[in-house]
Amino acid sequence: MLQQAFNGLVGGAFYALLALGLAVIFGMLGVVNFAHGAFYMLGAFASYVLLDSFGVNFWVALVVVPVVLGLAGAVLERLFIRRLAPLDPLYNFLFTFGLALILQDLVKREYGVQSQPYPRPDLLSGTVDLGLFGYPAYQVFVLAVSVVVCAAVWVVLTRTRVGMIVRAATERPELTRALGIDVARWVTPVFGFGIALAGLAGVLAAPMRAVNPLMGADLIITVFAVVVIGGLGSIFGSVTAGFAIGLISALGNLYVPALSQTLVFILMAAVLLWRPAGLFGREEALS
Amino acid sequence: MPSAETEPILGVVGLSAWYGEAQVLRDVSLQVRAGEIVTLVGRNGAGKTTLLRCLMGLQGRYAGAIYFRGTDITKLPAHRRARHGLGYVPDDRGVYSTLTVEENLTLPPAVGPDPWPLARVYETFPRLRERRSFPGTKLSGGEQQMLALARVLRMGARLLLCDEPTEGLSPLIVQQIGEILREVKRQGTTVLLIEQNVHFAATVADRHYLLAEGRIVESLDNDEMRAREHELLDYLGI
Repeated sequence: MLQQAFNGLVGGAFYALLALGLAVIFGMLGVVNFAHGAFYMLGAFASYVLLDSFGVNFWVALVVVPVVLGLAGAVLERLFIRRLAPLDPLYNFLFTFGLALILQDLVKREYGVQSQPYPRPDLLSGTVDLGLFGYPAYQVFVLAVSVVVCAAVWVVLTRTRVGMIVRAATERPELTRALGIDVARWVTPVFGFGIALAGLAGVLAAPMRAVNPLMGADLIITVFAVVVIGGLGSIFGSVTAGFAIGLISALGNLYVPALSQTLVFILMAAVLLWRPAGLFGREEALS
Repeated sequence: MPSAETEPILGVVGLSAWYGEAQVLRDVSLQVRAGEIVTLVGRNGAGKTTLLRCLMGLQGRYAGAIYFRGTDITKLPAHRRARHGLGYVPDDRGVYSTLTVEENLTLPPAVGPDPWPLARVYETFPRLRERRSFPGTKLSGGEQQMLALARVLRMGARLLLCDEPTEGLSPLIVQQIGEILREVKRQGTTVLLIEQNVHFAATVADRHYLLAEGRIVESLDNDEMRAREHELLDYLGI
């Protein structure tokens, strides 16, 4: 059971990284990024292509891929996303969902739908003795990276001036502008950063999950449920909910396997009935 | 009088504004001189809040011209207007729940020649010092109003745009806000204040504009305001 709990935390590590990116993007831009899963998929595919065609190893990909995707995200924000904010939210949905489909199909056209193999890095191919049980070193690494990244983002958000501005702009964008802060200047890097996190999750996923064009679409539905449970726009809420949902669904899988696919959504419905703004969301954020 | 006293720090010319198809401001022109406290009085829906939002650059659709300290700021985005020296105190006080009291104070950049140091803010508002590491919205309504005022003083804003700072507060707190506004005036800062409390307005301000249905219908000095207090109270429905 402990081992299953650990599996859950590792799964939660991916939810947390993706939900964190979605939360900062939604908070600061007011845009729900349906293409987030596609960037996760691109992260995994980019590491596959780098290794397969150019012999670039996992460790280089771990740094390069998120940076490149982050820059691509910044360009995307400048060219398109920025125009969505003043429009009806329907355009936001159509654009980002359409973008996800385009990215998926471009990859599908090139590589088909079957999963591509990606070996674990040699350094992490063994197991780690966790006292009560042995556990694959790679999974321990994924969990550690996710925890460190989430903690680092937390420190930046709560302890630095940049973090203060992002929190303020997330809570009250208009007021923050009226107080002399150029919110628009921070929007592009924040969007790029959110995309970079999705890319990082994708690179981390490549050696342990099936690398195929639909991997993001499958995962992102659950991540949306995670973000809603944590509270839309709540950064702390989405990370906490990410790890918690990973844990709960792994344990659910163990005890009530029949519910494994739906448990998250049952939880989401229950949380929404109890707290319509999500566990850590603010009621006034809805109005 | 020195010319700095008589020259308008704020000039509004022919301002009209719309929400969708509905016109909420009609050809509003007004002037505020440096160092004055001027109130906007009017019923709910008269367009007072919209007028302040236009001045701050937060109103989507409007026509007309706004001059601040000799510069045409009509087309400037909100953050640049703030950097010219406009200090905004919104009607809901605009206190951030995700920022501590101290972060609420230090978020905006200093924009004027004479920003209050944090020490002076805490001296004037001891309650904010006690609660400096609490989330902003854990403060009482009156304390949040003090925080919103303290924030624009810390910015060193030259013109404060205060949207009904006394609304819903106890007489004691209203009195404190009056004292702060008088201190602000003593240091030479200008204030444009939305106020429904006619009596309070007459005690803190120099002049008053009466707004009705999006137009300025009258400009009153303090004596006229006091003389017509009852009539105005009836008119405002208070």
